[in-house]
Amino acid sequence: MIKVSNLCKSFGELQVLKDISITINKGEKVVVLGPSGSGKSTFLRCLNCMEDPTSGSIIFHGEDLADMSVDINVHRQKIGMVFQHFNLFNNKTVIENIMLAPIYVAKQRARKAKRNKFFGKPYDESDLIPFAEKKEEIRQRAEYLLKQVNLESKADNYPAQLSGGQKQRVAIVRALCMNPDVMLFDEPTSALDPEMVGEVLEVMKKLALDGMTMVVVTHEMGFAREVADRIVFIDEGRIIEEGSPEEIFNDPKSERLKTFLAKVL
Amino acid sequence: MGNSMGNFDKKVEVFIEEFIEHDGYKWVLEGLRNTLIIAVIGLIIGICIGTLIATVRVMPKYKRLPRILNSVCNVYVGFFRGTPIVVQLLLFYYVMLPLIGVKMTSVAVAVIVFGLNSGAYISEIMRAGILSVDSGQMEGGRAMGLSFSATMMMIVVPQAIKNILPTLGNEFIVLIKETSVVSFVGATDLYVAFNYMGSNSYEFMVPYLVMALIYIVLVFFISMLIKIMERSLRKGDKGIQSV
Ligand SMILES: Nc1ncnc2c1ncn2[C@@H]1O[C@H](COP(=O)(O)OP(=O)(O)O)[C@@H](O)[C@H]1O
Ligand SMILES: [Mg+2]
Repeated sequence: MIKVSNLCKSFGELQVLKDISITINKGEKVVVLGPSGSGKSTFLRCLNCMEDPTSGSIIFHGEDLADMSVDINVHRQKIGMVFQHFNLFNNKTVIENIMLAPIYVAKQRARKAKRNKFFGKPYDESDLIPFAEKKEEIRQRAEYLLKQVNLESKADNYPAQLSGGQKQRVAIVRALCMNPDVMLFDEPTSALDPEMVGEVLEVMKKLALDGMTMVVVTHEMGFAREVADRIVFIDEGRIIEEGSPEEIFNDPKSERLKTFLAKVL
Repeated sequence: MGNSMGNFDKKVEVFIEEFIEHDGYKWVLEGLRNTLIIAVIGLIIGICIGTLIATVRVMPKYKRLPRILNSVCNVYVGFFRGTPIVVQLLLFYYVMLPLIGVKMTSVAVAVIVFGLNSGAYISEIMRAGILSVDSGQMEGGRAMGLSFSATMMMIVVPQAIKNILPTLGNEFIVLIKETSVVSFVGATDLYVAFNYMGSNSYEFMVPYLVMALIYIVLVFFISMLIKIMERSLRKGDKGIQSV
């Protein structure tokens, strides 16, 4: 699904990621652990080039995202991202938040298909169905997904009227409505009040059961143990250790991982 | 005292006669129309130009094109903020138009110059507005695969405009008042209209008083309008339910 080779990232003088190589397979749930400031967010943000890698390659759908000439927006449409602070669009209602990007993509694809049709190039017939129909399709999908997270009653509310847990569930739905091939989570529960952590983790577990490919940065050790196929421990910008939850939690090899686990468990 | 009041009554009479019987109202209506046209269209042009410039200002600068665009914007803003608007009007009307050989009504010239001018001022207002929007909004859009400009136009700028609405309203009021210089290029505005009535009757006191009154009423209505808009735009904020 995503193949990362020799990824390095520096902010000016500060080298944050040092030669990271990892392959994330289809359907796999990878949990990234590590102390604060170790580069977990930067790693995740490099996967969809929210941060441009300094060197190395990120192969997704057969293309190198680190190459500045690829159309990164098209790839990002297939990589869902969930942030610590939700980043819902404050000027849009819940349903508008969810529908905005799919509508944008549908419009773009329709424009491109029309152009290709005009010039006699190959195009996808499904991109040319009337816009109203397409929009209705998107709305139904958005409503269906909202129902999955028990928020159908909030469709017409603005983000400011939701609790943190509700916002994060909307953010997950918003990403899912794009039909992504992989979902990235950057500490999705760290900004939540404790009583709301459960409802968000519940949604993520459901998603994992559905077979979604997931890369999750989190401090929720219970979630990591239960859901992860593989745990990656990052410290000072390097992958120090990786393995199954049993290997990581019950049989840590490196001194650093042992120290880290002693602190968090 | 009684004498001067009687005198004033006389002046009012003269004004009313001038206003109704000697077509003064036509002049005033034309002046009012031009003042509003110049200020409203100027503001709209200004918001478009200002938003474009502000967007260039906040673009990431590690590629060459944004840097070149940024320099162009600097020159533009420097010129329009660095010279009085009267000078800009005169330059445009008496220097640029003859040079490129284009004919234009003085109102059209005023609209363009006021648009270009307010664009420079609004760009700074808009930039502050854009910077006041949480950077997570841009991140959220970009991560979904929206382009920089699409995220800007659909997500960031609407929120920025909400934040700067009071300041934009001020800019509009400034524009309304500044239109009183368009007579320099021969356009009829409120000042020209009332000045005409005054010179006709050799009586300036009442016309200028009424002129001031009209400006005050205009500004009052605009302030009200802005308040109403602010209230309706605040529906996304906490506490106010959108029923
Ligand atoms: N945009 C940035 N500019 C400069 N330094 C940054 C930037 N983003 C992150 N860093 C630095 O990179 C390091 C790793 O940050 P981050 O990836 O956020 O760590 P984590 O998510 O593991 O806590 C930190 O030292 C942080 O200060
Ligand atoms: Mg982080």
